[in-house]
Amino acid sequence: MFLKFSLRSIFYGAGGGGNDIQWCFSQVKGAVDDDVAEADIISTVEFNHSGELLATGDKGGRVVIFQQEQENKIQSLSRGEYNVYSTFQSHEPEFDYLKSLEIEEKINKIRWLPQKNAAQFLLSTNDKTIKLWKISERDKRPEGYNLKEEDGRYRDPSTVTTLRVPVFRPMDLMVEASPRRIFANAHTYHINSISINSDYETYLSADDLRINLWHLEITDRSFNIVDIKPANMEELTEVITAAEFHPNSCNTFVYSSSKGTIRLCDMRASALCDRHSKLFEEPEDPSNRSFFSEIISSISDVKFSHSGRYMMTRDYLSVKIWDLNMENRPVETYQVHEYLRSKLCSLYENDCIFDKFECCWNGSDSVVMTGSYNNFFRMFDRNTKRDITLEASRENNKPRTVLKPRKVCASGKRKKDEISVDSLDFNKKILHTAWHPKENIIAVATTNNLYIFQDKVN
Amino acid sequence: MSEKLSADSRCEQRGDEKQDTQEKEAVVPERAEEAKLKAKYPNLGQKPGGSDFLMKRLQKGQKYFDSGDYNMAKAKMKNKQLPTTGPDNNLVTGDHIPTPQDLPPRKSSLVTSKLAGPENHDSVNAACGMQDHN
Repeated sequence: MFLKFSLRSIFYGAGGGGNDIQWCFSQVKGAVDDDVAEADIISTVEFNHSGELLATGDKGGRVVIFQQEQENKIQSLSRGEYNVYSTFQSHEPEFDYLKSLEIEEKINKIRWLPQKNAAQFLLSTNDKTIKLWKISERDKRPEGYNLKEEDGRYRDPSTVTTLRVPVFRPMDLMVEASPRRIFANAHTYHINSISINSDYETYLSADDLRINLWHLEITDRSFNIVDIKPANMEELTEVITAAEFHPNSCNTFVYSSSKGTIRLCDMRASALCDRHSKLFEEPEDPSNRSFFSEIISSISDVKFSHSGRYMMTRDYLSVKIWDLNMENRPVETYQVHEYLRSKLCSLYENDCIFDKFECCWNGSDSVVMTGSYNNFFRMFDRNTKRDITLEASRENNKPRTVLKPRKVCASGKRKKDEISVDSLDFNKKILHTAWHPKENIIAVATTNNLYIFQDKVN
Repeated sequence: MSEKLSADSRCEQRGDEKQDTQEKEAVVPERAEEAKLKAKYPNLGQKPGGSDFLMKRLQKGQKYFDSGDYNMAKAKMKNKQLPTTGPDNNLVTGDHIPTPQDLPPRKSSLVTSKLAGPENHDSVNAACGMQDHN
């Protein structure tokens, strides 16, 4: 592990601060045109455990996996580029006739399994069904069959006079994706999260009201571990918005709610974890309450730090870091786009107030990142307390050019290079971002394009 | 009550302003926004963000078919331009159930994702190209 720390790390600190790093444009994937087909809307982005593979899911139910080139890394002109490795149709649209329910094929989440052998495995889910996909490489094929010609036609056995042993010969690399398990029919409501346990044998799936525990090998059974459905649906006041297993403790998981609370549960306590072990909630001053309070406090994402000591939550306007040992308030709060507080009325009318932004940690848990509007994304350095706003845009983006920080002017005189709140494009939202687990490489998804940025390599 | 946060949470960039004033200033725009909304929609539910919008979230994807409504819609709309299918945020379904011709075909994407397409290799070409785009 320590061998990986280069000289650069010594100067900038291991992992690098958000602002000690100079971010450069590296690649952009996807169509250039502005006319976006619905199917092309990116709905999830995830690096695998080594960072060598980067997966995206879209509204059309497709998964595209990119692989980092290994050769250029040594030449150190840049870190390896990500090129298409595999692409497949993960989910298809369905109609549940019994319930008159249209089931979207949109991929809500992708989670990678740690690599155990030559093949790669990932879980992908839409609203109702989770699938385990195996992605394997084939670079040899058998040749020299006795009963078949090379083109596949069968030979007349009577013409065979000698026997030979078929041999494996190299062929062009073929990457195949096959569904190995289909975990269906366990969710009445819409799945928002999947999370693989640190035991690498089980995983959880969460919908609006319930969380289920699965074994990766068993598809016909799952255990319900959280159920917040009220006996009378009229009494419904909150829903589950995200859930995740603790990175090290296989008995611990958290789930967040639409009311801004996070519950930590211990599966050793009971089979049904309806009673939380810990409840994380920041007290609200009742005199500050408005119509929007609950809506903007709804947590759209929850992520444990790699260390397992902290967790991060994202609500509409901020990112909060919680220490698992302190339930009554977050230890750090970062404002993502506070200037939107005076625009809540129009954001409610155009539904943007319900946008679900995700957030992520860097490999060393020193910097956190999340998206915003106008194709802006934000990074917060927990150590230096500095933050930066960058833009994912094709303009003025040449490889190895450092990205220029952006600034939004909330009110009053707009300085040169600043953009005013009213000029922000609310259709250009960055909901999904991912950070390479070990290096300073980030993947940022705009509506239909995937941007890859890297830190400047000298 | 002084709302001074501990040294650990000094991330707010506003420096030395008292937390109280800060929060009140932050909330006043929120309240102003609330007033704006109530002015536009006086009948907006008493339960903000409560059951109504949660129920809507749970029912996402629900598409009901009623043959009576369907036939009425067919009769009523024979001569009118048919509305586009959109989110059903009204209660009278009879007027808005689309006829089969209007339903978008529920085909899966047979097309490969554009992310997997040839990369506008790129970056340099894309940037140069975009400058002339308009």
